[in-house]
Amino acid sequence: MAGVAVSTTINGDAVEYLCQPDETLLDVLRDRLGLTGAKEGCGTGDCGACSVIVDGRLVCSCLVLGAEAEGRKVETIEGMAHGDQLHPLQQKFLEHAALQCGICTPGFLIAAKDLLEKNPSPTEEEIRFGLAGNLCRCTGYDKIVRAVQDAANVMKGA
Amino acid sequence: MNFDPRYSGRNFSSVGTRPIRPDGIDKVTGRARYGADFNMAGQLVGRVLRSPHAHALIKSIDTSKAEKLAGVKAVITAKDLPDLTDGDAAMYDILDNSMARKKALYDGHAVAAVAAIDARTARQALKLIEVDYEVLPHVTDVDEAAQHHAPLINDQVFTEGLEEKPAKPSNVTKRTQFGHGDVHKGFAQADFVIERSFKTEQTHQGYIEPHACVASVNPDGTADLWVCTQGHFVYRQHCAQLLGLEASKLRVTSSEIGGGFGGKTHVWAEPVALALSRKAGRPVKLVMTRDEVFRASGPTSATSIDVKIGAKKDGTITAAEATLRYSCGPYPGSWAEIGAMTAFACYKLENVKTVGYEVLVNRPKTAAYRAPSAPMAAFAVESVVDELAKELGMDAVEFRIKNAAQEGTRSSYGPVYGPIGIGPTLEAVKSHPHMKAPLKANQGRGMACGFWFNFGGQTCTDLNIGMDGTVSLAVGTVDVGGSRASLSLVAAEELGIDYSQVKAVVADTSSLGYNDMTDGSRGTFSSSMATISAARNAIKILKDRAAQMWDIPVEDVTWEKGHAIAKGEKYGNLSPLSLKDIAAASGKTGGPIAGHSELVADGAGVSFATHICDVEVDPETGSTRVIRYTVVQDAGKAVHPTYVEGQYQGGAAQGIGWALNEEYIYGKDGRLQNPGFLDYRIPVCSDLPMIDTQILEIPNPNHPYGVRGVGETSIVPPLAAIANAVSNAVGVRMTHIPMSPPRILAALDAEREG
Repeated sequence: MAGVAVSTTINGDAVEYLCQPDETLLDVLRDRLGLTGAKEGCGTGDCGACSVIVDGRLVCSCLVLGAEAEGRKVETIEGMAHGDQLHPLQQKFLEHAALQCGICTPGFLIAAKDLLEKNPSPTEEEIRFGLAGNLCRCTGYDKIVRAVQDAANVMKGA
Repeated sequence: MNFDPRYSGRNFSSVGTRPIRPDGIDKVTGRARYGADFNMAGQLVGRVLRSPHAHALIKSIDTSKAEKLAGVKAVITAKDLPDLTDGDAAMYDILDNSMARKKALYDGHAVAAVAAIDARTARQALKLIEVDYEVLPHVTDVDEAAQHHAPLINDQVFTEGLEEKPAKPSNVTKRTQFGHGDVHKGFAQADFVIERSFKTEQTHQGYIEPHACVASVNPDGTADLWVCTQGHFVYRQHCAQLLGLEASKLRVTSSEIGGGFGGKTHVWAEPVALALSRKAGRPVKLVMTRDEVFRASGPTSATSIDVKIGAKKDGTITAAEATLRYSCGPYPGSWAEIGAMTAFACYKLENVKTVGYEVLVNRPKTAAYRAPSAPMAAFAVESVVDELAKELGMDAVEFRIKNAAQEGTRSSYGPVYGPIGIGPTLEAVKSHPHMKAPLKANQGRGMACGFWFNFGGQTCTDLNIGMDGTVSLAVGTVDVGGSRASLSLVAAEELGIDYSQVKAVVADTSSLGYNDMTDGSRGTFSSSMATISAARNAIKILKDRAAQMWDIPVEDVTWEKGHAIAKGEKYGNLSPLSLKDIAAASGKTGGPIAGHSELVADGAGVSFATHICDVEVDPETGSTRVIRYTVVQDAGKAVHPTYVEGQYQGGAAQGIGWALNEEYIYGKDGRLQNPGFLDYRIPVCSDLPMIDTQILEIPNPNHPYGVRGVGETSIVPPLAAIANAVSNAVGVRMTHIPMSPPRILAALDAEREG
């Protein structure tokens, strides 16, 4: 199979790559571009560990083809901090110990960022349903929800 | 070694605080490297061919077409993993589980593997491998497998632990028994006796990171293995033995681990990856798919348990008995044995007897899952305890308090307890506001207790002091949930310096002595003991160096709050020397300063928890929601309380999933029908409430700071607590876990039909 040439924008940078037609965006990010922050927990869109934002929409990158990124803007965990300045969500996840093993953390941070951009003042229930597409097996979600609540308050005050 | 591990009270300055973990920044920025995040030059992609049959003779495997496919660099079968186990039956089972030798023993059992230049070529190659199976009768249910007429999984297995060796082979591999007193006499004294049978279905640890490794075997016999594991030293030992490598030439590096919960304590893909690399002459990355994780890693046992408890009118338990059957997968294990040991461990009993039966089934080999075997036994026992309290007209908490084990009690599994937390957790629950909160229609409240042994084990730690006065702590226990933070706190505490001056790392197998794996809640318990010992050894050197710098006898130097102090008025003109001062001068006083420790961390204090749970059951659908949950557990000493809370919450959440929803569902064909997160549904954020925690601290007398393991006990009470809550909500005793909507509706229907 011939490769597909793709021009896209990842975390604000212009990126070009060749990928196979059946290759997922997750495979491209991880295996071709070295962006291993997005994780493959299932490969079937059930765990959310591979969450990225494409043109403002939260997606599982394992369910998007690499070729589909053509002409789009992709945001990954690697672009979440601004230089050495952590995003408030990243800082609050650290302060609240909202991670234990940390494998789900990039996906949760991306999903929470998307949630707060669309709803800056979510209730606990809105946070719980907003993050229901991301699986965490370590924390029981308690500290994740609290970290998102705290980050939302910080971001509103900023 | 003259390290004294005994507890001595002290005022802590670092231990008990809640700083940010040292590995946190990498984990929130995506930089942390897990099993699948590592690559080597020239690396190939490995894939495994798995049996679609639950039980089948492998008559032949033809790999010739796969070998000829362009881009395929190696194809292996069991022939490429010759038997080097030399009569070690347990290792042979690990070998056979890694790659089936004569028979495929479960749906998903590995039969061949390939290494190719890319994933697509590897997948194509698997399709070209021709396996000729003779399908055999199979059995996947634990009770059916224990029957005499059940298909035999291994005709060389004769039940151990019977008075006479049986004449016929059996799927029951072992009988074990624990207890003391005379249960017949005890039941005769009882005014009330409750006897019930329970079942629990098989569940998976459900770690979000699939198993992953990169193996690289060189022609000179050296090899590297990068792998997500709970115990890289154990993986080195097992892989070296199975591959015929020298342990010192196999360097195993533990990646960041994306959850394990006991499931990453066993090798299965790693020997295959090493064998592929050896044959291909190139590094091989092998990553399991989620489907493979469910079908072919190590879930916990399915169980069938009978419990009988008798009590007098005044609430004194007179006798307790349990028979426990646990599935092991197709290889012998000791899972029912552990269940039999833990079943009645919360109680002070004069007459107690438990019998465990290990049962072979055509399912994946059972692995540990957080306090392995204890949650199922606790479910059965705590359900009967609750029912008995009702029968007696006693409050469920009061009944347990009356019968709770205490210091000096001979446990149901043998040892006599030291200071323990079961009574205090029950007292805390009794006075907890949660117990008094009002309930609405269709809601019910339940509570239950849980016990776990905790483990210590072999531990080795290095503490190196840099010339700038900062400290590198190298530990050998894999950090599964924040132990680098807690161990840095312990080093800071003992040395008397700030947490920010300590950085803990997990060392690879070539950089540190042997460590048992992170299991049995031992990570922080054992490595903190070794860290304290290493720090004390370093302090001896620091004092010696200070004495040199001052030119006074070392006997006149003490160590306080991170400083060497010259004792006595005659040294009034000598200002204290900080650790940093001494480190800066080390080049002139004898060279680098380090503390080393190797020890067997005996004395892991046992752990108890009591949980409270409120549920709401929809009587039309049988759907159950947990609406409030409280965990009370003894930590001994909470080194980093936030991460202790995290352990309590995480275990409770896993228990909630197990109690209400999670189960392995096998079809009549012996194939797993739900090997994915869509159909094996673990709790998501919207399923759960906040999980409240209360940490009790009853010091473990066998640890300098009083620390006990905290990781596992939290999963022991939930099955029972939720079952009691559901039973109270619907008025029917639930005896089959998970209490999925169809099971709850069936129980309600059965009750109506009477």
